Amino acid sequence: MSGVLVIAEQRRGELRPVSLELLGAAQALGGLPVAVAVLAPNPARFVPALSVPGVAEVITVELAISEFDPDTFESAVGALIRARAPAVVLMAHSVDSFGYAAALAARHGYGFATDVFKVERTGGELIATRGGYGQKVNVEVDFPGRDTVILALRANVFKPPEGTAAPVVSAFEAPAVESRSLGREYIEPPGGDDVDMSTAEFILSIGRGIGEEAKVAQFRELAQALGATLGCSRPIADAGWLPKSRQVGQSGKTASACKLYVAMGVSGAIQHLAGMKHVATIVAVNTDAEASIFSVAKYGIVGDIFEIAEELRRHF
Amino acid sequence: MKILVAVKQVAALEEDFEFRADGRDVDGDFLVMDLNEWDDYSLEEAVKIKEACGGAVEIVAVSVGPPTVDEALRKCLAKGADRAVRIWDEAMRGSDSIAVARILAAAARAEAPDLLFAGVQSSDQAVAATGIATAGFLGWPHAAVVSQFTYTPGAATAVLRRELEGGLLHELEIRTPAVLTIQLGINTPRYASLRSIKQAAAKPIELRTLADLSLNAAEVGEAGSSARVRRMYVPDKGRAELIEGSAAEQAKRLAAIIRESTGAA
Repeated sequence: MSGVLVIAEQRRGELRPVSLELLGAAQALGGLPVAVAVLAPNPARFVPALSVPGVAEVITVELAISEFDPDTFESAVGALIRARAPAVVLMAHSVDSFGYAAALAARHGYGFATDVFKVERTGGELIATRGGYGQKVNVEVDFPGRDTVILALRANVFKPPEGTAAPVVSAFEAPAVESRSLGREYIEPPGGDDVDMSTAEFILSIGRGIGEEAKVAQFRELAQALGATLGCSRPIADAGWLPKSRQVGQSGKTASACKLYVAMGVSGAIQHLAGMKHVATIVAVNTDAEASIFSVAKYGIVGDIFEIAEELRRHF
Repeated sequence: MKILVAVKQVAALEEDFEFRADGRDVDGDFLVMDLNEWDDYSLEEAVKIKEACGGAVEIVAVSVGPPTVDEALRKCLAKGADRAVRIWDEAMRGSDSIAVARILAAAARAEAPDLLFAGVQSSDQAVAATGIATAGFLGWPHAAVVSQFTYTPGAATAVLRRELEGGLLHELEIRTPAVLTIQLGINTPRYASLRSIKQAAAKPIELRTLADLSLNAAEVGEAGSSARVRRMYVPDKGRAELIEGSAAEQAKRLAAIIRESTGAA
């Protein structure tokens, strides 16, 4: 085939939005034919959503289990790659792909790059770009001598195709596999208090820069005065200074309604930025002028968060 | 029982830095090294298992890198690792996650642990692949982004929770020996006491070479990597419009932005 094989991602019966973004990215690969595979019980139900312009084929792979399982996915996707011999395999840079993509690439000697946010193919040469050194630099990589390259793409970067199309639909039979792990159940993230970050329009968020738990109170009071919902980055929730329900960013609650995000002392780990980049107005306050958060913020203040917080409080 | 904890000495950039002459990496003079944040948690998880069963567990910290990596390994010894192994050969320079995984897999075959822990990712390159690629080379069961882990030494399986996007958890049971990549927040890593830091300074760090692990030069370094770095460059800096002035002036402007964005008068 030597085309592009896209691995769509579903969770609990819902296609994850990144699946369509992968299809958008596939179209930028110099006109290679694009096939998208979906692995799930009763996979045909996902065919309509994946039938978008640019997709030549939807491959349904029937699995006995609906949840992600490393051995099952490694075996099924591995068999699919061997059967189709794609030049490029696109998957999401997601927790599920963390669980098998590297093992697959390692075992079969495929070219491999993760968290890719730019991909191009010129004159048959594939070039992927990712971040390095805490996203301070961009790293351009290629894959000399590799017939197949697996790229795990960053979510919320590539534009999903619009419209509908009528691709060929075919079924692929995954080889039987005896999995060495057994899924038990999903557990909803623990609450802690009754806040719903997904409906908050204005979030005032605190990060590692606050330094100690005793300082949380100052920002709680400030958030209240501003009419903001108090949120936090991962280290604050991990330390137990605020409940996990207040954590925003990719591994925290999706702050989908957020329009104004004031981040104080949040340096901006990649997962945090990825989870917040949809916000229209981001204001970052940080002592470190080089903090990654300034690269996604609309406004930046390089300064002491306590001093700024104190001064800001006077205005409300 | 034995737990192998794979750790990495990560590099942060100094504020002003320069690229190497070939433009394919940052000049080593501008890097500040430290133990990867995730590895602190995976080491702690191993120490917790050891403490819970009264000590019949050997914890071996292993890292691939030049002599400067000893510093990170001593930190592991101070925090509870029983032994530290550093693997190095000049041919390993430039190894990506896959090449490092091949080296770690060879070390794991020699050590034959019951569990292998690695961090979910490293704070510098954030590839999130080394642990699971190691499992791939070993052919061992594996799970990524583990935020809760329950294992009784000697048991044939472990129970864990994977932390998915949005904080959703997925619980599963996995056979051992297994490779687990450990997520931040799974525990609260301890600080090393002054006494344990002193003791760690006196402990040996065991060295392993390519030959010790029966690897050849073509399997490691750039030759054994899954991608080739063409160039590194500083991206166009984001669009943040910096608000200048005194703290009072900056706060005043911030207040105006907040009023404007929230529609408050």
